[in-house]
Amino acid sequence: MFRITKKTLLAPNIYLMDVYAPRIAKAAKPGQFLIVRVHEKGERIPLTICDYNVEEGTVTIVTQTVGASTNLICAKEEGDAFLDVVGPLGRPSEFVEETLDDLKSKKILFVAGGVGTAPVYPQVKWLHQQGVDVDVIIGAKSKEHIILNEQMSAIAKNVYIATDDGSLGTKGLVTTVLTDLIENKGKAYDVVVAIGPMIMMKFVSLTTKKYNIKTIVSLNTLMVDGTGMCGACRVSVGEKILFTCVDGPEFDGHLVNFDEAMRRQIMYKSAEGQKLRKQEKESDESCQCEK
Amino acid sequence: MANKIPRIPVREQDPNIRRTNFEEVSYGYNSEEAMLEATRCLNCKKPKCVTACPVSINIPAFIQEIAKGNFVDAAKVIAADSSLPAVCGRVCPQESQCEGDCILGVKSEPVAIGKLERFIGDYANENQLNLAEVAAPNGFKVAIIGSGPAGLACATDLAKIGYEVKIFEALHKAGGVLEYGIPEFRLPKEKVVKAEIDNVRRLGVKIETDVVIGRTVTIDELINEEGYHAVFVGSGAGLPKFMDIPGENLNGVVSANEFLTRTNLMKAYDESYDTPIFVGSNVVVVGGGNVAMDAARTAARLGANVTVVYRRSKTELPARVEEVHHAEEEGIVFKLLTNPTEIIGDEKGWVKAIKCIKMDLGEPDASGRRRPIEVPNSEFEVKTDVVIMSLGTSPNPLISTTTPGLNLNKWQCIIADEKGQTTREGVFAGGDAVTGAATVILAMGAGRVAAKSIDEYIKDKYQN
Ligand SMILES: Cc1cc2nc3c(=O)[nH]c(=O)nc-3n(C[C@H](O)[C@H](O)[C@H](O)COP(=O)(O)OP(=O)(O)OC[C@H]3O[C@@H](n4cnc5c(N)ncnc54)[C@H](O)[C@@H]3O)c2cc1C
Ligand SMILES: Cc1cc2nc3c(=O)[nH]c(=O)nc-3n(C[C@H](O)[C@H](O)[C@H](O)COP(=O)(O)OP(=O)(O)OC[C@H]3O[C@@H](n4cnc5c(N)ncnc54)[C@H](O)[C@@H]3O)c2cc1C
Ligand code: SF4
Ligand code: SF4
Ligand code: FES
Ligand SMILES: [Mg+2]
Repeated sequence: MFRITKKTLLAPNIYLMDVYAPRIAKAAKPGQFLIVRVHEKGERIPLTICDYNVEEGTVTIVTQTVGASTNLICAKEEGDAFLDVVGPLGRPSEFVEETLDDLKSKKILFVAGGVGTAPVYPQVKWLHQQGVDVDVIIGAKSKEHIILNEQMSAIAKNVYIATDDGSLGTKGLVTTVLTDLIENKGKAYDVVVAIGPMIMMKFVSLTTKKYNIKTIVSLNTLMVDGTGMCGACRVSVGEKILFTCVDGPEFDGHLVNFDEAMRRQIMYKSAEGQKLRKQEKESDESCQCEK
Repeated sequence: MANKIPRIPVREQDPNIRRTNFEEVSYGYNSEEAMLEATRCLNCKKPKCVTACPVSINIPAFIQEIAKGNFVDAAKVIAADSSLPAVCGRVCPQESQCEGDCILGVKSEPVAIGKLERFIGDYANENQLNLAEVAAPNGFKVAIIGSGPAGLACATDLAKIGYEVKIFEALHKAGGVLEYGIPEFRLPKEKVVKAEIDNVRRLGVKIETDVVIGRTVTIDELINEEGYHAVFVGSGAGLPKFMDIPGENLNGVVSANEFLTRTNLMKAYDESYDTPIFVGSNVVVVGGGNVAMDAARTAARLGANVTVVYRRSKTELPARVEEVHHAEEEGIVFKLLTNPTEIIGDEKGWVKAIKCIKMDLGEPDASGRRRPIEVPNSEFEVKTDVVIMSLGTSPNPLISTTTPGLNLNKWQCIIADEKGQTTREGVFAGGDAVTGAATVILAMGAGRVAAKSIDEYIKDKYQN
């Protein structure tokens, strides 16, 4: 059992949790993920490792409720436990292997969308600790959905915000800000790291392609085992078919076939929808006794 | 005299009923049937059946005990060589192993060794027989990677002679292919797999699930930081192959491993479990091995019309005869001498058909089997919603790439000698990780051989 030692609400439907998993905390590197199973009949749900604390033996996850299983994860409270937590899975971010001189010579921009801000944070923090300063764009629906803004501002050189409704920062998409920085603000980047919804990563990659800026994306494909055993997570990268869980999750955004990846994500949508309806119905029923 | 009676048939679930449920197909023998069948064994002086069993179970000895009604003693005989009799009695390819060499098979039908072994395995589990004799702890620790048959067999033998043994398993449940691959209707999970794994636990073997060696912790760390004196790698061959034909990433194309993992490990066939599965009305399974049969029969139980597409003819089908027979009884259609060339999708990217080409058998190839050749202009389409690719698997490179000095051959299999010693000191390996996809009993045999080598290695190194 893997105990939840801390839980905080970051934004509507987005929760941060620290989970006691000492083996994972010790081995984790930026860019990797873990898999959570809440109960005996539960799915295996992949989540990015957003931070890790070797001394306390904890890892941090940030979960957005989008369906039945993420609902179950977020319904857990401090002191509760997950049945299974396995990781770290996937390959660490490329920059972990690079020399400090190489890193310092590069201008890096992170583009974070929605809950994707959570996995961006430890990467920025890691680089900041090495003395590498980076820029960050955070995008979300509205002001209240922007997460980790203050924490990020403390460690990044510049943080730019984009909201759909203009309630904070630029009104528009992260690509609006990205184009503006390059076209009008005289910014030149060597690498862009984009983490967020598939559709956002697709358009960031299309934009950076125009400027020929190397772009890394972190894919959230469907997964079952997360160890290379099932192929559910396969994705077309250039000419190759790769497994996100062992070859990724980070790939060259200019080579990923996003349309295929987005289509594959919805493969179980109707079945998953039924689970959600069932879950809602059950919670309705359980509420009746209180009425 | 004794062999005058014919082989006792085993009772099975009616095909029309069983294709709608996940309960076991074969009921197995009851005690009367088992005792009667046991009387057929000639108790040969030089039993050929024993040499044909990869773990050399003393077959005539346990069968004689059954004939006398001494089921506990029969169980003890088997336990000396196998920790998984209820599993092997069900899934061993007996017809080409023990039963294939039984002397009775020359003139009539061989003794039903597998069914008798299963009977005893089930008897031992149902009566919770404690057959384990464990030596006093010897102070040495061995780490086992993977809880499939290879790892379980290795762990059993080492625990019995006093080693402190821990199995590390990547998934959330122990058992390897027994748990995630072979379906419930051939190998019940609670009644058989869990029961036999509990027996292994009862020997003092610890199993830590949710640990991916090479990611969570490396072999070097197990040796240097956690104090293990030797390591056995029984990580199997779990990496699925695809065909590399157009359309393979369409929605509705899955590997047999994914399809079976969703149904077995994640129990998607049971609505109270959260993991979804997509079946559609028509399913095409590509391949002809045991795995293909399991996928086809699972899809049928989930309500689909199922067609198996295989490029050679019926005689070359690599699956066990019994499995093919069961599949046919359950209404699976076989399109033989047929090979897919393309998967066709609808405008939304979901599978709608699979394009195939007819094959002819030419001259025998290196494997001795006649090589299939395409018949020109014979392409045709089969309408389908789901395509399950069952083309074999290879070992996962996660462990080899994170263990310096552990070498692979050109098929990505770990190199190990006949004693299970790898190219890395203190590291042993066996089962599918070494041979590529094979059988449960060969994996167990390899685990046992490695256990012996590990014992010799540790005694040599530390006890002088
Ligand atoms: C490597 C990786 C890292 C991830 N990191 C995070 C994270 O840090 N925080 C977070 O909130 N989410 C993360 N996700 C996504 C998260 O796993 C899914 O949101 C979750 O599995 C949805 O399950 P559900 O049952 O709640 O919703 P469902 O009802 O199953 O699905 C809702 C939507 O999510 C898609 N989806 C379903 N299953 C998966 C899956 N296994 N992976 C991806 N998408 C899926 C569905 O197609 C659907 O569009 C990550 C995914 C991957 C692969
Ligand atoms: C669908 C199917 C049907 C089959 N039917 C039959 C049959 O009827 N009869 C028969 O004899 N054989 C059958 N086989 C083959 C048989 O199951 C295998 O040959 C046998 O299970 C191999 O045993 P193993 O212990 O080597 O590996 P596996 O059973 O594959 O077990 C390996 C274990 O190691 C774990 N693992 C892998 N990597 C790591 C890691 N890095 N860290 C920790 N753990 C790890 C895996 O999760 C797995 O649990 C079938 C196989 C399949 C897939
Ligand atoms: S383990 Fe397999 S080969 Fe050996 S006797 Fe039993 S069924 Fe036959
Ligand atoms: S070969 Fe057949 S008859 Fe002879 S001992 Fe073995 S099972 Fe009995
Ligand atoms: S999730 Fe199964 S292979 Fe990647
Ligand atoms: Mg779900």
